[in-house]
Amino acid sequence: METENNSEQKSRRNFVEQGLKFGLLTAASGALLAKVFGKSESNPSEETVELMSTDGTLMQVPATAVSHQHESKSAYNPREGFPNRKFVMVVDLAKCRNAKKCQSSCNKNHYITGENAWIKIYKMQDSEKAAPYWQPTLCQHCDEPPCVKVCPVDATFKRRDGIVLIDNNRCIGCRFCMAACPYSVRIFNWSDPWQGDAVEQAEYTPDYSGVPSQKGTVDKCDFCPHMIDKGELPHCVSACPNDVFAFGDLYEDTVTNGSGQSFKLSKLLKDRAGYRLMESLGTQPSVYYLPPSERVVDFEEGLENYTEFQSVDKPENP
Amino acid sequence: MNNSYTKLVSDLAPRKFSWKGNVWVVFLAIIVLVGLYSYIQQLRQGLVVTGMRDYALWGIYISNFVFFVAVSLVGSLITAILRLSGVHWSTPLTRIAEIIAVAAIIMAGITIIVDMGRPDRMLNLFLHGRLQSPIIWDVIVISTYLAISLLFLYYPLLPDFSILKKHFQENKYLNRWYGRLSLNWTGSKRQMNIYSRSIKILSVLIIPVAFAIHTVTAWLFETTYRPGWDSTNFGPYFVAGAFVAGSGAVVIVMYVLRKAYKLEDYITDHHFDLMGKILVMLCLLYLYFNINEYLMPTYKSTEEEAVHLRSLFTGEYAWLFWTAIIGGLVLPVIVLLFRWGRKPLPLFIVSLAVVLGAWWKRYVIVIPTLSHPFLPIQGVPQSWHRYQPTWMEWSITMATLALALLIITFLVRFLPIVPIQETAEERQWPDSIQTTRP
Repeated sequence: METENNSEQKSRRNFVEQGLKFGLLTAASGALLAKVFGKSESNPSEETVELMSTDGTLMQVPATAVSHQHESKSAYNPREGFPNRKFVMVVDLAKCRNAKKCQSSCNKNHYITGENAWIKIYKMQDSEKAAPYWQPTLCQHCDEPPCVKVCPVDATFKRRDGIVLIDNNRCIGCRFCMAACPYSVRIFNWSDPWQGDAVEQAEYTPDYSGVPSQKGTVDKCDFCPHMIDKGELPHCVSACPNDVFAFGDLYEDTVTNGSGQSFKLSKLLKDRAGYRLMESLGTQPSVYYLPPSERVVDFEEGLENYTEFQSVDKPENP
Repeated sequence: MNNSYTKLVSDLAPRKFSWKGNVWVVFLAIIVLVGLYSYIQQLRQGLVVTGMRDYALWGIYISNFVFFVAVSLVGSLITAILRLSGVHWSTPLTRIAEIIAVAAIIMAGITIIVDMGRPDRMLNLFLHGRLQSPIIWDVIVISTYLAISLLFLYYPLLPDFSILKKHFQENKYLNRWYGRLSLNWTGSKRQMNIYSRSIKILSVLIIPVAFAIHTVTAWLFETTYRPGWDSTNFGPYFVAGAFVAGSGAVVIVMYVLRKAYKLEDYITDHHFDLMGKILVMLCLLYLYFNINEYLMPTYKSTEEEAVHLRSLFTGEYAWLFWTAIIGGLVLPVIVLLFRWGRKPLPLFIVSLAVVLGAWWKRYVIVIPTLSHPFLPIQGVPQSWHRYQPTWMEWSITMATLALALLIITFLVRFLPIVPIQETAEERQWPDSIQTTRP
């Protein structure tokens, strides 16, 4: 009882602390904006960065006027997530030509040694007469995640910032989450992953999946909280040569692609008729797709890269 | 009068195995040991030793688990449902049914552990259990059912243990053990009162729990979106199928024990005839649920369901599917409609077909669905497209089946397989109860 009280107090204190921090942050950014607006025309030769104002218009701002504010890792609990954030991704199917750079970058940075990648580029064709297209598919980080619902031990969990993660130190390997996931994004470590000493000895935290992976447990795309924490984009987003992916925050209504261009999320989804996969299942994914209409690339171009039976390049086995 | 009572006791008291029995035990033990070797390999190397992969993420371990849960339901049917409805002919079969139920539910628990990727973390189910997960429901109802089934096996044994204690007066060891197990049973009025009331309570309790274990097991599949599992019919469909499998198992054990122990006086042809009729009824009921389960989705043939159903009806699982339906369900019904079909030997053969069909039916329920996910299967080795159990997986599965039979064999060796006291009572030897008094 006492411990419960304690933890309650603690979480309340945490809340107050974070609230305070957030308040300060807002005040600071307000001051910053004022400063920016005051200064923006004064020095045109200065190096500028693109920023988006709250009403969605883009503007050039001197780089010196912008200071990067990022929560440090110690400030957040991997089970709770980043406070006051809600991550979303937009995948523009019109731009995907199956370059597979997202996949190789993900495989590399998550040290995937199995035979099933966490991000797959499906060759899709909805009906016989409709045109085929490439569909990069990763964990959809659903707001009503069926996997989390069925997990018997709270090993896979949903964070407040929208990310669905797996605690590989807790997973019992029942694979119910894999059966429950309609997007087939979960993979199992059927044998020892053999990721090499450096990875295997790394300190495990659920917000960097695959470092290290564990035999007998489930892995999947983690939306790269370890990159967000550094203020960077997930590996797949920055690796894509065609700007297929854009990643961002639903609360800020902004997503940014690998080239650093930012878009107003609501406008993008409206203009391009964005949709989510299997909406009818009620899973409420955090990943939006833009239909493959008015394509900038040919579908056929991707065929040479297509490997039906492989998604991870086999590394030399130690 | 007293003579025939003594004969009854010596007929029904557990006996040492003949050489056949010993060979049987050794045979089972070898299968279990081979399976144990495979399981140790699985612990070392991981589930990679099985044929399961990311798409076929469950395999024969899970279908075997469903089979065990199904068979265990028969305890509640033969003992509780028939008892509560005032049927007396089934008395000599109650112990057999309970022994099967206990063995099957124990093995269901063990099988599910075998399927776990991290059995070392089993305690997490209790440390971090979350009630919204159907697996936790299963843990709760299966352990409850195990507890009630053990009590339901043990309680009616109390008077029998006391009888056996007397019967084995010369054997110090058995005498002492049966004495202890009988918990000072004297057959006094007060004891009889508590005894019959407890059995009645257990009979009532076990029915909803039995329904719950198999309904929850059905929900393990039904809670997902997958075509073939996404059905509102699954609970009753599983329960009906479970009674079929369990009754078949009872007939098989009945037949073997009657032959081995020459129990023709106690397990009569009439018993087989009635069990045959029960089996027909249950098969027809299960067939009805099967029609519901397959006909309606076929009628609608939504894209996802159609792919799944095609693989069952005409595709790669057609052979298994139709064998299970026709060989394990339709033909048994036809044979059992005839009086000769319900004679012991034909019924025994039919029951073998029913139980075998029931095992493969669960395979057909669990595996094909997993090969038809919503998104296409791409980017994985070709061998992952199709599930093929490995020999290690088979050996472990065979070991669980052998271990179930070994538990049954062990219990048969030391328990009276036909309840002595109840049989005596039903044959109305008024002094029989008194003889149980010291």
